[in-house]
Amino acid sequence: MVLEVKNVSKVFTVGLFSRHKIEAVKDVSMRVEKGEIVSLVGESGSGKTTLCRIILRLLEPTSGSIIYDGIDVTKLRGKKLKWYWRKVHGVFQDPYAAFHPFYRVENILYQAFNLMPKVEEGEKKRRVHEALKSVGLNPDEVLGKFPHELSGGMRQRIAIARCFILNPELIVADEPVSMLDASTRIGIIKLFSDMRDRLDSSVIFVTHDLGLAYVVSDRVLIMYKGVIVEEGNPVEVMEYPSHPYTKRLREDVPLLYRKWEGF
Amino acid sequence: MSEPLLLGLNLRAAYRIRLGEIRAVDGVDFEVPRGAVVGLAGESGCGKSTLVNVLLANVRPPLMLKSGKILLDGLELLGMAREEVRKKVWGVKVSYVPQSALNAINPTKRIIELVKDAIRQHKPATDEEIISLCKKRFEELNLPVDSVYKYPHELSGGMRQRVIIAISTLLNPRLLVVDEPTSALDVSTQKQVLRMMLDMKKDRIIDSILFVTHELPVLRQVATHVYVMYAGKIVEYGPADSIFFSPMHPYTKALMYSVMTPEPESRARGLVTIPGEPPSLLMPPQGCRFHPRCPYAMDVCRVREPKLLSMGEGRGVACFLHHSEAVN
Repeated sequence: MVLEVKNVSKVFTVGLFSRHKIEAVKDVSMRVEKGEIVSLVGESGSGKTTLCRIILRLLEPTSGSIIYDGIDVTKLRGKKLKWYWRKVHGVFQDPYAAFHPFYRVENILYQAFNLMPKVEEGEKKRRVHEALKSVGLNPDEVLGKFPHELSGGMRQRIAIARCFILNPELIVADEPVSMLDASTRIGIIKLFSDMRDRLDSSVIFVTHDLGLAYVVSDRVLIMYKGVIVEEGNPVEVMEYPSHPYTKRLREDVPLLYRKWEGF
Repeated sequence: MSEPLLLGLNLRAAYRIRLGEIRAVDGVDFEVPRGAVVGLAGESGCGKSTLVNVLLANVRPPLMLKSGKILLDGLELLGMAREEVRKKVWGVKVSYVPQSALNAINPTKRIIELVKDAIRQHKPATDEEIISLCKKRFEELNLPVDSVYKYPHELSGGMRQRVIIAISTLLNPRLLVVDEPTSALDVSTQKQVLRMMLDMKKDRIIDSILFVTHELPVLRQVATHVYVMYAGKIVEYGPADSIFFSPMHPYTKALMYSVMTPEPESRARGLVTIPGEPPSLLMPPQGCRFHPRCPYAMDVCRVREPKLLSMGEGRGVACFLHHSEAVN
């Protein structure tokens, strides 16, 4: 097992005077095994991104723990936190917002080494070049460019190149293709599955896309109103859903080869 | 065969910018038959929203019309002055719900105030007439009648979209044009919006729908005909079933393969990638615009541009693989 989420809850308090409480994640537990691709599926407001941010230590849970390598990482600080971010790395939805606009691709990728123990300059260069090739980019073409000179798909490839440099044990990808064009999406998804095959990394896809979850994952978790309502092999979950919410999703998602009843 | 509701011929339009011309619509013929739901599919930047603007005679700088002819329900749009189009065409013959509609309506006005403004663009009417027209229509479409007195933010995303579509078709236009109407919505609300549009067609509030989207599974549910656009050109068109079940153009195939749906066919196919990205319209590739990414590209594809030729049964494709002239 790579990572375990144990009874995690997150309560947001909103409003200055009324102190209205929103329970975004309610007592969620889940595990990710080595080399496994897990999809966390939910619609807007289901709490999937909150959970993802808690796992990435970008948000502190109200209660519960995240166990990685035998320790609870929710309280990590400083050097230990850097170590965790190297091992558990995030790829985000908006490749237009993820990078510092004044940094060239070169600087963006070299930043990854800040999370690592000291690496020699020559070795850095070699690893940056290799990582770019792994994601299908030509190092000589992109290293000197600024993020705004690249398309969305290329930027997302840069984010994944960073994963290839860091060689994390777990990649948490929050809607990594929802802002990309249809014809470039599959290429990006394939990079994640390549990374699993080559580096034996585990991947969590956080997504609203039932199709993506069904096609690429080893296991899917369906999240609804802060709770994981169903979990299992994607074929079983999609073909024989047991929770009413999953059933409804299954009926309402548009398919390519079948038409809805009455349409 | 009756004449089509909307017919666009040899449409060319470009954005003039400092660096040159972006030919977003480059020689397009387009047709919406009466009673049809026509899907226009393509990726962002392929020119589909520009094509819609041209079809609606909504051409303003920096967009320039270079050639073309548009017939909508017998009216020739491109000869008309903008003011005339605004009075006699928009909202009356055709209603357009753009992609941004969900967030573009005035947040400080109640729905009914928006409706009054809109109706009075076209004809004088009293408050009572407008209110009763609006309420009656909401009842027909099973929308909560009290929402006419609400502010936009008081309605949920799906409800707001349904209300926008309902109020934009109060004058019973023959054609409804929607641009990505459901891409910001969850799947269950998406289905309700689609259902309502088809009901409006059944009730004869509208005749035809032009549905612009990059989401093929959504088109599959509603479209009777599909046009596929790539880099400013139509690469394939035909009845929806033939496009979905036997696509001819390599780009149409690639688009189908890029769709992931929870269906056995999708999982069995796995991850089929196509190289590269859509080209810049400032400098589109020579020959067929898809050839740099096409797995079947031949020598001829690099130098000559394939014409969009009719293949019979209402289909057409612009690809040398299917044109006998390319063989010799």
